[in-house]
Amino acid sequence: MDFGAHLLLASLEGAVTAAVLTLTALGLSLVFGIMRVVNVAHGEFYMLGAVIAWFVATSLGGHPALGFMAALVVAPVLVGLLAAAADVTLLKRVDYDPERTIVVTIGLLYIIQQVALMTYGPEARPVQEPFNHRIMLPLFSWQDGFYFPSGWGAPSTTSYKLFVIGSAAAVLLGVWLLMTRTKIGLVMRATQLDREMAQVFGVAVERVYALVFGLGAALAALGAVLVVPIQQAHYLMGHDPLLLSFIVVIIGGLGSLPGTVLAAVLIGMSDGIISVFFSPTLAKILATLLVALVLVFRPQGLFGTRAA
Amino acid sequence: MSEAGKVWALHLGLLGLLFALQFVLPAYHHGNLARVMVLASFAVGYNLMFGYTGLLSLGHAMFFAAGMYGMGLAMRHLGWTPGPALIAGVLSGVVLALVVGALALRTVGVGFMIVTLMFAQAVYLVALYFGEWTRGDEGFVIQQAERVMMGLDLSQPGPRYFVAFVLFSACMLLSLRVMQSGFGKVLIAIRENEERARMLGYNVFRHKLGAVALSGGIAAAAGAFYGLLFGYVGATFATTQYSILPLLWVLLGGAGTILGPFVGTLFAFYLIDISSGFTTAHMLVVGVVLVALALFARQGIVGELRARLWRWLP
Repeated sequence: MDFGAHLLLASLEGAVTAAVLTLTALGLSLVFGIMRVVNVAHGEFYMLGAVIAWFVATSLGGHPALGFMAALVVAPVLVGLLAAAADVTLLKRVDYDPERTIVVTIGLLYIIQQVALMTYGPEARPVQEPFNHRIMLPLFSWQDGFYFPSGWGAPSTTSYKLFVIGSAAAVLLGVWLLMTRTKIGLVMRATQLDREMAQVFGVAVERVYALVFGLGAALAALGAVLVVPIQQAHYLMGHDPLLLSFIVVIIGGLGSLPGTVLAAVLIGMSDGIISVFFSPTLAKILATLLVALVLVFRPQGLFGTRAA
Repeated sequence: MSEAGKVWALHLGLLGLLFALQFVLPAYHHGNLARVMVLASFAVGYNLMFGYTGLLSLGHAMFFAAGMYGMGLAMRHLGWTPGPALIAGVLSGVVLALVVGALALRTVGVGFMIVTLMFAQAVYLVALYFGEWTRGDEGFVIQQAERVMMGLDLSQPGPRYFVAFVLFSACMLLSLRVMQSGFGKVLIAIRENEERARMLGYNVFRHKLGAVALSGGIAAAAGAFYGLLFGYVGATFATTQYSILPLLWVLLGGAGTILGPFVGTLFAFYLIDISSGFTTAHMLVVGVVLVALALFARQGIVGELRARLWRWLP
């Protein structure tokens, strides 16, 4: 394969990573932006989404598409409800104090992870994709224009990966419409701007918080369901998405949704491309240091406008 | 007895008890207590920053690991003897703490937690990246023959307990002295009201940086001794879990108390030890205890004692 084919494949892999990362990071960003708390257990909600997807898909049987579509609905709803319950029973009781919330969500992280270990077990298990076609990709060269290379090693992707990218875009559009065009979105934005003033105007802030926390977790779970046919479900899989989401939310500007999406695409794409060409460990070292330095010297993020 | 007298009686009494216990404990608990004392020293370091200065770090594993690798790499690749290697370990921790502190202290609150988390992650990844020297996740063993210091064979239970005891005594008494000094009082003032401390003319940044360096240095000493006493150096000790554990120990024992780190470490160690007899998912206990502490007992064991019984506890 020549360089062009490598780059094309790397960007497609990057786009899949970016799509899933966008959903996960968006969840974290919503929670931080509106509730002003850092949810360290976010990665475990992601893991839970994948594990529930496996349970649903295996217990339903029949055509793989049936189980997958059911999981796509069931997993985010269950995870969202669980998160909302955690918000009402735990976070509300520590008054969303930043330090105590961190301690509580670290506790939640271990509880969810270890319960998954006890019930689901230490194995990594795949969920079968609902459909999977190999799609050949055209290459471009100045002599021949677009052409389809033939033979082994010709660049190709699968229809499922394109589906992941498409669904993430659709969900993103949905969240944007929810935030900008609906009453509930208006209420959420009002709470973000000024919690006390919103309360004075009759907004049930506590219910908004439970909803936001549930929605954030559901987005992470949705991202995980989409990715689980490509990666496998494992009880420790929440660690990397958590760190990457942190990176995205910080680079994008804490609490800024457009910044989050932009940063997720940027980081997902570069992660995919860099890890094809360079050592992934080195890439991760540079990324984490970059994030730390961004937080130190530009706490509003690279794209953000408001200080955290 | 005067309050200062009570304070000294209590703390020296605990040290006396720990010293005496080595002659009576059965082998299993003897080994455990040696480990607890080294880990409690780590917690003492963490407590100086979190408990007394009010800086919540989520990355203390990097200082523990810096001490461990500073000591271990000097012995493995430079052929140093344990004494200088331990000093190299502590110095690595202090230097790392000064660099990280100088950068991270520009942020506050949530920003500080995430910056320390990210730096610790970078340190962990660096340990993996230079796997040729550090042997990454697998780690390396320090041979028994090299672990002899001042005539003490540290691989033997007796000397190991004694050295762990000396380390813990030094760390605890140091933290007690620091918190009785003017420097320590300023740290508490910063925790309670940073603006007011600044208005009174204290250089808040310099005091915080001092606390970070001291805390990182003690954590590094604990890491260096841990590697030497138990003969193993590995990247596991740089993972996020080892940043969360000192937070758990300090919260459990009582943040901002001198005895809290030891009490919390001892309690948590046996809690995990006992529960791992029943299940492989023993970190579940850690999660439940953390949630319960945040909800019901914010002051921890020694903190509750201070609030209810002994108001003079430092």
